[in-house]
Formats: sequence, C-alpha cells, structure tokens
Amino acid sequence: MPQEVYSNFSIRKLSILDKDGKADEKLLPKLSPAQLKEIYTHMVLARTLDEKILKLQRQGRIGTYSPGLGQEAIPIGSAYATQKQDWSVQSFREHGMMIVRGVPLLNIMLYFGGDERNAKYPVDNILPNSVPVGSQTLHAAGIAMGIQYKQKDAVAIAYFGDGGTSEGDFHEALNFAGTLNLPCVFICQNNQWAISVPRKSQTHAETIAQKAIAYGIEGIQVDGNDVLAVYAATQEALARARTGKGPTLIECVTYRMGDHTTADDATRYRSPEEVQYWRERDPLLRMQKYLLAQGMLSPQLDEQIKNESTAKVEAAVLQYEQFPAPSVDDIFDYHYKQTPADLEAQKKELHAFLDTIKPLGNEGEK
Amino acid sequence: MTKMNMVQALNSALMLEMESNKDVVVLGEDVGVDGGVFRVTEGLQSKYGKQRVIDTPLAESGIIGTSIGMAIYGLKPVAEVQFSGFIYPAFNQIVSHAARIRNRTRGKYASGIVVRTPCSGGVKALEHHSESTEAFFIHTPGLKVVMPASPYDAKGLLAAAIRDPDPVIFFEPLKLYRAYKEEVPEEAYTIPLGKAKVVQEGSDVTLIAWGSMVKTCQEALQLNAQNEKYSIELIDLRTLSPLDWPAVHKSVQKTGRCVIVQEAPKTLGLGAEIAARLAEEDLLSLKSPIVRVTGFDTMMPYFKLENYYIPSPERVLHGVKKAMQF
Repeated sequence: MPQEVYSNFSIRKLSILDKDGKADEKLLPKLSPAQLKEIYTHMVLARTLDEKILKLQRQGRIGTYSPGLGQEAIPIGSAYATQKQDWSVQSFREHGMMIVRGVPLLNIMLYFGGDERNAKYPVDNILPNSVPVGSQTLHAAGIAMGIQYKQKDAVAIAYFGDGGTSEGDFHEALNFAGTLNLPCVFICQNNQWAISVPRKSQTHAETIAQKAIAYGIEGIQVDGNDVLAVYAATQEALARARTGKGPTLIECVTYRMGDHTTADDATRYRSPEEVQYWRERDPLLRMQKYLLAQGMLSPQLDEQIKNESTAKVEAAVLQYEQFPAPSVDDIFDYHYKQTPADLEAQKKELHAFLDTIKPLGNEGEK
Repeated sequence: MTKMNMVQALNSALMLEMESNKDVVVLGEDVGVDGGVFRVTEGLQSKYGKQRVIDTPLAESGIIGTSIGMAIYGLKPVAEVQFSGFIYPAFNQIVSHAARIRNRTRGKYASGIVVRTPCSGGVKALEHHSESTEAFFIHTPGLKVVMPASPYDAKGLLAAAIRDPDPVIFFEPLKLYRAYKEEVPEEAYTIPLGKAKVVQEGSDVTLIAWGSMVKTCQEALQLNAQNEKYSIELIDLRTLSPLDWPAVHKSVQKTGRCVIVQEAPKTLGLGAEIAARLAEEDLLSLKSPIVRVTGFDTMMPYFKLENYYIPSPERVLHGVKKAMQF
C-alpha cells in the first residue's frame, strides 16, 4: 500500500468590518439600519454597564466581577441572531447576550452582588452563569438532544473561553454533538488569556476552530471584534442546525481588555503594547465608525444613545442598592422540589439561633 | 405476580416508566443493542427506539452533562454509569451541576436526572468494579441517594426515582442482581423515597444496613437463630438521602443498642453520621456503645481477599455480640 494523502482540510476565516469600520460589502448580513442601530445600542449599554460595575466593585458596593470589556461583539452579535425558542448556555462573560435577550440589568448586578435571586429571569431559555470552566458545553449538547428528541425548531448555543477548550468536557460536548448530529452551536470567546495563561499554552493547534474537523463538524474562525461577522457566522450556524445539518464550532478571536476578574491584575503578565494593539481594534468603536460613515448614526444620536444607556444603568444601580435583603430561608428552600424534613429541621435550628441574637442587617434577614 | 430477580425487576420498572411517560429516555454505554453489561436495559431499544435508548460515546461526564441538559429541557433522562467505580469523571457534573441547577435557577429549571449505577463487591470483579461510593453523594446537598436491597424494592424504588423531580443517584448492588428471585408484581408500583423498611422486628438490638449488606444481615439473623437467639431488629434504609431518621430513632429508642453495617470504608461513611445522630439525640436510650461493622479504610482489595474486606454474616454477628455483651 503506498502512502497517500487521506484528505485535505481547511478552515474558513470571516471578517466583515475592518478595524477602521470599513465593511466588505459582499459579506454584509441582511440587517436594516434600525437593526444595526439596535445592535450598536446594545453594545453601548453593555459597555456602560461594564464600566459602572467595575466602579461599584472598587467602591465596595458589589462583589467580584468578570468584565466583558472589549468582547461585547461576541455575546451581542451572536444573541442578536437567535430566536426566542433558542437556548443560551453561558459561561460568565456573556452579559451582552443577557442584555440582547431581555434579562434586566438588575439581574446581572444581583449576581455579582452575591444575590441568588439574580437568576429569576423574566425571559426563558437562558441558563445562569456557569462557573466551572467548560462544563456547561455539555448542558447545551443535552438541551440540543432534548430539542432533537421533541423535534422542535430550536438551537442550543454554548459559550466558553479559550481556556475552556482545554477541559475534557469541551471534547465530550463536541463529540456528543457530532456523533448525534445535534442542533447546537459552540461559541468560543477566544480572548487570548485564561487568567494569566496565554492561548498558545492552551493548545498547540494554530486555531481553535480547526478542532471542529476532528469531530466531523463545521468550524469557522471569525473576527470576534467585528459584531457583523459574529452575527453572520452565528446566523449561518443556526440555519445549519435548524435544518438538521448539525453543530458548528465558531471561534471568535478577541481580546480581554480588562482583568480576568476584579480579583486579578493583568499587568503582572501582559504588556501595555499588546493591550494598545487591541485597543485600536475596539469592537464598539469600529461599529460606531461604520454607522457614522453610513449616515445611520449622527454625533447627536450617538450622544443620545450614550445618555440613555447611562440613565438605564443608573436606574438599575438604584434598584440594585435598594433591593431588599434576601430571607435566610432562601439558603434552604431551593435544593429540592419539596424540602426534606431533616433540612427543614436545620432551617429551624438556624432560626432558633437567630432569635437569640440581633438581626444581621444587610447580610440576611429572618 | 411473577418471580423476578433484581435485574428483571429493574428492567420491568424501566419498561413501564418508558411506556407511561414519553419523556423518559435511557442513555449510557452499551445500554442499547447490548441491553447493558448486566442486561438491565435489555429490550428497551428494540421496543422504544434509538432516539429514546441511546448508546452514547464512552464518556461518563458527557453522559451526565447531557442528561442535565435534557432534564433542563424537560425530559426525564435515566442515565447508566456502567460501574460506580467509573463515576468519577462525571463527579463534577453531578456535584457542580445536577445537584445545583434547581438552586442556581431559584427553581426555574431542575435537573431531575436518575443516575443508575451498579455498586459494591462480592462477585470477583476486576479493580474499580466493586466500589461502594455512596458517601460522596450523600454528602452532596441537592441529591437524593437510593440503594435497594431486594427485587421488589428495586422495582418500586426505581419507579419512584424516575417520577421524582430531583436528581437521584440510584445504586444497584451488583451482588444482588441475580442472587435470588422473589414475587414482584408485573404492573407498575412505587415505593416512596425516604422511607426505611423494618425487615425483621426485634427488641434487643437494632441492626441498620443498606444495599447488599441487608442480605448479609439476613444471613446473620439465621446464624443468630441457631445460636445466641438475640432479638434483633433489622432495618433496611433503602433511601440513604434523605434518610428516614424517625425510623432509626424509633428503633434505637426501643432496643437501646445499635449496630450499623456498611460495606464502604469506615471513616466518614454513612455509619458515622448515623452514630453521630444517635449520640446527639438518643444518648439516654443507649445501653451500649454504637458498633460499626464496615469495610476498612483501604482500597477495595482484588477479589482474592475481598471476602475479608466485605462484612460477612459472621462479622455482623460478632458486632451484635459486642453490643449485647457490653
């Protein structure tokens, strides 16, 4: 048997808006001026919220926060392509997705304020933050199995980072999705850094997108700071999933402009030059430049959008800070559909103790 | 009524629950065409199809993680982990997610999955095939843990676990799979989770066991009937979490003595919790120190030595004598 090439594989790369906001007209997705402005408005709101929560954290008014600064195009562009019946299974840097899908800013703040009531979303099909890295990819695959079994017109989207692709669950999720041909989209926010470990230390592969090849599924790399490219790639992947053509892995190349969380200091491990390089590729500024150049946005309208975002965020901060403290019963009451007697007894024991001391104030009430 | 062994009883429960609830799906390694390595899922795929009885890739975390997703979506997945010694790759999914989804979403979503997994030793199996891992899961808030000890209970408890809204880890003592047959109704029935069973009433000493140790204790009762003739009350816990504490307290308050029999390692096993609760709440009822008859704080030995590790009827009786002769 002679040696021969079994097959040649290739990976597509998609970019629509360049760093100066100039679009490749042939690749532009079908979006009306109103829709484009709406996407931009979501991005401004996400950025405004991000900056505000950072300030609140520094002032001790909210807990540890994972900023989304510089990555807004990914959760927003992808969520904008979803339909109501689609599922979004997030990691912990997809605040923009929640904004697009109608989760109130208050809920996002409550999460970082250590309040479990954050997850009472008034909208459906969104799972709350999942902290164990990479593990949530399997939940999206499982939801897609449910969609497939019930023969529904819906898709499950999983979000994760470049670090998450090193976890075994990422492999298992893509493998399940491939073998079972699931209606599932895997969106990697490749922001180059998993806390202090760079992307090149996570994998020797040239791209994350090419990992799709090994699972026999579709893979594409997109400019993750280009909201239109993210939207277009997600739209294409959703259409593929909806028509029974299986899952897609979308690698969105971006950069974590902020620290990993407010407990991190990224200056310890990366250079100012690198940060500056990416600052020039800001996803928000490039969308702004595009809209201004197209005449869809005026400096006045831009100012108005920013003012409205600030007002929304300030209103949410007020709601957040005036939100009544949770009941200590909340510690116990959501573990089981019906709380077992022994757990009820432990709750009573806590109350009996609290009756002997002064109320705890902000930390919890009886 | 018909005579069934535990494998047949479990299979019957799965058949009936799949029949009555279209949302029940079965998934795992070899559960389809092969009917499971112990044949518990035999015939399910030919009856209910590949969409409902899924031969998954060989990946425990994947099986449990996708089960969680399906449960969130509204299905009722019954996942099989081929041996409880192989459950560790899925441990993160069980502890970090299955147990927490209801709490994390404030009750909006739940992951009421059932994880069936054979456990414990006594059948001369290879390494990792004879583990008793229940304590990890009893220690995890948000889970329910069940371990039947008879074919009749196995069928009723599995049906109850499948109908339960919370995640249930369902341990099946593989030594009991084909150990004996008993009368089991052909129709569906449930045995409520969280209720222990008094296998035999007695007044001198309470013997507490679960899983395959119940049968070992029944054999100890037979030895006792020939010799010491103590009046022994045998309790089968059946559900390990939430545990039927009233049943435990009631019996020990009556007998004043307690021997706990567990196959798992001694330290921090369920027996330790039972002993602690009795010390906290029934100290004045106790006539003798609580005795634990357990496996050792060692690895489960390979099978040439496993019968020295697993409590035997004789060792159980030795423990009973210790309590009686204090």
